[in-house]
Parts: sequence; structure tokens; C-alpha cells
Amino acid sequence: MSTPAPLRILEWNVAVYRRVWRSSLLTSFLQPILYLLAMGLGVGALVNRNTGSGHILGGVSYIAFVAPGLLATTAMMVGAIESLWPVYDALKWGRQYEAMSATPLEPGDIVAAHALWMLFRTGIAAATVAAVMALFPDVRSLGLIAAVPAAMLSGIAFAMPLGAWAITRDREMSFPLIQRFVIVPLFLFGGAFFPLSQLPLLIRYIGYSTPLWHGVQLCRSLTNGTSLSALAALGHIGYLVIWALAGGLLMRRFAKRRLFA
Amino acid sequence: MSPEPLIHATGLRKQFGDFTAVDGIDFNVQPGEAFGFLGPNGAGKSSTMRMIGCTSPISGGTLRLFGLDPATHGRDIRRRLGVVPQLDSLDQELTVEENLIIYGRYFDLSRAEARRRAVELLDFVQLTDRAKSRVEPLSGGMKRRVTIARSLINEPDLLLLDEPTTGLDPQARHILWDRLYRLKQQGVTLVLTTHYMDEAEQLCDRLVVMDAGRIVAEGSPRQLIEQHATREVLELRFPAGTNADNEAYALGIGDRHEVLPDRILVYAHNGDEALAKAIGAGAKPESALVRRSTLEDVFLRLTGRTLVE
Ligand SMILES: Nc1ncnc2c1ncn2[C@@H]1O[C@H](COP(=O)(O)OP(=O)(O)OP(=O)(O)O)[C@@H](O)[C@H]1O
Ligand SMILES: [Mg+2]
Repeated sequence: MSTPAPLRILEWNVAVYRRVWRSSLLTSFLQPILYLLAMGLGVGALVNRNTGSGHILGGVSYIAFVAPGLLATTAMMVGAIESLWPVYDALKWGRQYEAMSATPLEPGDIVAAHALWMLFRTGIAAATVAAVMALFPDVRSLGLIAAVPAAMLSGIAFAMPLGAWAITRDREMSFPLIQRFVIVPLFLFGGAFFPLSQLPLLIRYIGYSTPLWHGVQLCRSLTNGTSLSALAALGHIGYLVIWALAGGLLMRRFAKRRLFA
Repeated sequence: MSPEPLIHATGLRKQFGDFTAVDGIDFNVQPGEAFGFLGPNGAGKSSTMRMIGCTSPISGGTLRLFGLDPATHGRDIRRRLGVVPQLDSLDQELTVEENLIIYGRYFDLSRAEARRRAVELLDFVQLTDRAKSRVEPLSGGMKRRVTIARSLINEPDLLLLDEPTTGLDPQARHILWDRLYRLKQQGVTLVLTTHYMDEAEQLCDRLVVMDAGRIVAEGSPRQLIEQHATREVLELRFPAGTNADNEAYALGIGDRHEVLPDRILVYAHNGDEALAKAIGAGAKPESALVRRSTLEDVFLRLTGRTLVE
């Protein structure tokens, strides 16, 4: 039995990753620890003192509110960053995609491999955050295990559309702009740090339309065990799946146009 | 009756928007042959190679490899090709060995088989001692040899080499030529592009000269030289800026001549005789050289331009 093509491509990703994972691991632990200490305990001490905040936050402490959001935002960051520069690199600098194109591999195999790799990378990142969260009594729960796949889904909802963008590019000038004007604002306004209901209507609806908000809602309800109707859960999942699928299909089309020109 | 050609192209065209990179070319490549595309920058060599490699759809004409149509059987054809692209596409971060094994996996070889072939091929390109080293620090010639080893991992029926030795020093080029010559002796069909006349003469049984997307001549290196040049060439160098004044000396001493910026070429059956005539007529060149004519002269004859500026 031969191994499916996308899995054989992953052997390349793994070979490259094996050389760098150690250095990236420390930061991926350190970052959530710092965030949870600063946001959860620092800001949280102020927020929890405010009567009424408990109601707005859905009856949980601030750290319990903020921490699950960090699962989704971290996965988003990893999915986005790993789909911009590395995709461009494999296209233009390292030419690994060109090498693959000369073999029996097809654009669909390359894109499927990218999706799987992004699931793996966002999975590692989310699991690291979950492990750190387990250190904080207020957020420690079995639901964390279920929240990891929800975070992965949020991650590839960004990874695939951005991978589709990256594979059309001739320069990487737009990448820092995407990071600064899309990813960072979403990080701040995607519902991870405060409920969107606090915001003016327009901004609120922009927030609701982004995949991140849906990922945050899923992660939060799974971690905190707060109620989420089956319909709402399906809605969140479906919305994220649509972004990932549409992005993947676009990326395949663009990869074909680019690699088989 | 010649056997069915491995590559059969008629009226082959490649268009990028309004720009025509390959403008209706016809050629056949027979099994076991070493076939070359010779031409200057922008002639359309790489565009042609990419169409043959089934990574670039044709814009017109017909193209068949192994009797198959790239438009419908690209994957089946690519399975049987080895490709050495113009620019190296090795993963610089990985080791030489890893590059080969991973590439072998793209062809669905088992890991054990890919490993076995990698060992064999690294021996073939004389890089066994570098198997475990990263690609990045290797010299240009070594990287080229790794790329050639990689292209052979699927035991291809047809090897496509786009400028295999461009940018390499003479010694590295000779090592590569030697390896390619061995492959040819083993019966591997080679299709290569080059800027270099000596490379085409060394490696190709038959070649086409391309210029601006068209084929301007076809034949064996010997045939092309016989048809489009003379047996010998006399190169006369006069003091800078006096070529035009001295052109008269080149008249009538050979079959024809060319005035280049830095020298005058006289095409003659016997170069020494032509030189004697020029000196007899009073020519005072700074230097004179008689050499056998090469494909470079063929190209100059066909296009009025030198090949490597
Ligand atoms: N993807 C592309 N889009 C637009 N134009 C292209 C593309 N690829 C090649 N060309 C143009 O087609 C022409 C032929 O290019 P090609 O790379 O085939 O030439 P070449 O003979 O391989 O040249 P070189 O010796 O420099 O490698 C050039 O003018 C080039 O600019
Ligand atoms: Mg070229």
C-alpha cells in the first residue's frame, strides 16, 4: 500500500521542522505564560473588582474569560504566519514547489499537504497554550482537550486563504501589512479580550464576520463548559470550515496557475 | 524505419499574454539520443523545456512524449522524466541525502528503495562523502551534481537538463560532462539546453539552434559546422578602433568574413594560407590565430550575433 501523496509531502515539512522545533518551543510556552499572568492576573484583578463584570463575562472570572481566547488567537497567528512567508519561500526562494511540480505530484497534493501541515502546527501551538492554561486553577478543565481541535480549525480558517494569497505573490511586501492591519486588529478585537457587545454596532458586526470570533466562541464554551446551543456550535464550526475550504480551493487554483504556467 | 520518437513536437508554441516565447517549432527526439537546444538568452529554451517537462501547458501545435499528450497524461509522463531545472531547487537546509530521499518519495518510492537509490546515485556523482552534509555550503558544481543525482532517483526514461553547467568553472563543467556522457552510454535519452558551443559539441548527437523562439538550424554538430561555417577560422586582432580600416585585408582571402567589435573573423578552408595572403597584402595585425570552426561560428552566421555577449 502506498502512502497518499500529501502525507509523502509532509515528510519534507517534518525534515525541515526537525531542525528548528526546539528553538520555537520555548517561545511558544513563554508567550502564553506571560499573557495569562499579565491579562489574567494583572488586568483580571481590576476587572473582577468591578461589580457587574461577572455578568458581562458570562459568569466567569476574567482569566477564565481571556485564556480560551488565547487558544484561538495563537492558532490564528501560527496559521497566518506559517502560510505567508513559508509558502512564498517554497515558491520563490527555495523553489521546493517547483521541484514538486516536476514529479507526479499535483497542485491539489501540495495544497492538501499544506492544510495538514497547518493543522499539525496549529495543533502543537494550541496544545502548548492548553498545557500552560492547565497551570491556572480557574481555567483548568477537561474541556481544554476539546478546545484544541477547535483552535486548529480557527487556525486553518486563516491559513488556507492566506496561503492562497501568498502563492499568487511576486513580492512579499504585503505580508507585514497583513500582519499589522489584519492579524493584530483581529487579535485585539476578535472577542478574545472583551465581549464584542461592548463595542459600537458596526465594529461589532465586522468582528462577528471574522473567523476568529467564531473560533474564540467555540474555544471559550468548550473550556468553560458554558452553554452553547448545538445550532450555534454547528454555525461556528461550519463558518470556520467554509473559510478553510474556500481558501484551500482557491489556493489549489492559484497553485496550478502559478506552478503550471 | 526509425523507432517511435520519445518526443514529437510540431508547430509547438508558447505564449505569455501577447508575447510569443516559442514560435512554432518542430523536432523529434529518438530513444537513446542526446539532443540539444542551443541559443542565447531569451531564445525560448527554458519555455520549451518546461512544456516538455509537462509543467507548462502548450499554447499551440502538438506535443507528444512517449506517445502521450501532456494535457491529459501530465502525471504519467512526469513519472518517467528526470528534470534538472535551470535554477537549482534543492532544499538548502536539508542534507544531500535527505534531498534525494524526499524527492524519491514524491515518486512514491518506498523509503528503503529511495535510500538505496540515493546511496547509489551519490556514488555515481561522486558525492558519497557529502551525503550527510547540508546542501547550502556546497559549491555550485556540487549542487548541480546533487540535482542530477536527484533527477535520476525515479530511473527516468528521459532526462531534461536546462543549462546544466552554466556558471560553473571549467573543472566542474568537465566533471559534469563526464557524468552525463556516462548516462548517455548507459542509454539514457538526454535533452539539454545550453549557451555553450563546446558543451553542445561534447554532448549532443543532434541539436537545434534557437533564436527568438524559432529553430534556425538543425543537425549534428559536425553537419552544422560543415553547412554553415568553413573548416577553419582565422581571427585577426588589429589595434582598437581600426577594424574598419583593416577590413580590406580580409576580402578575398577566405570564403567570407565577419567584423566583430574586437576582431575580424575570416572563414577559410585553410586558415594559415589565408593568414599568409593577408600578411602578403601588407596587413599588420596585433595578433592572429587559426582555429577550427565551432558552433559559435554557426550561430554567428545564422543570426549575425555572437552567442555569449
Ligand atoms: N512566465 C513567463 N511570463 C512572461 N514571459 C516569460 C515567462 N517565462 C519566460 N518568459 C519570456 O519568454 C522568453 C523566453 O524565455 P526562456 O526562459 O524560455 O528563454 P531561455 O532561452 O531559456 O533564456 P535563458 O538562456 O536566459 O535561460 C523571454 O523573453 C522571457 O522573458
Ligand atoms: Mg533558460
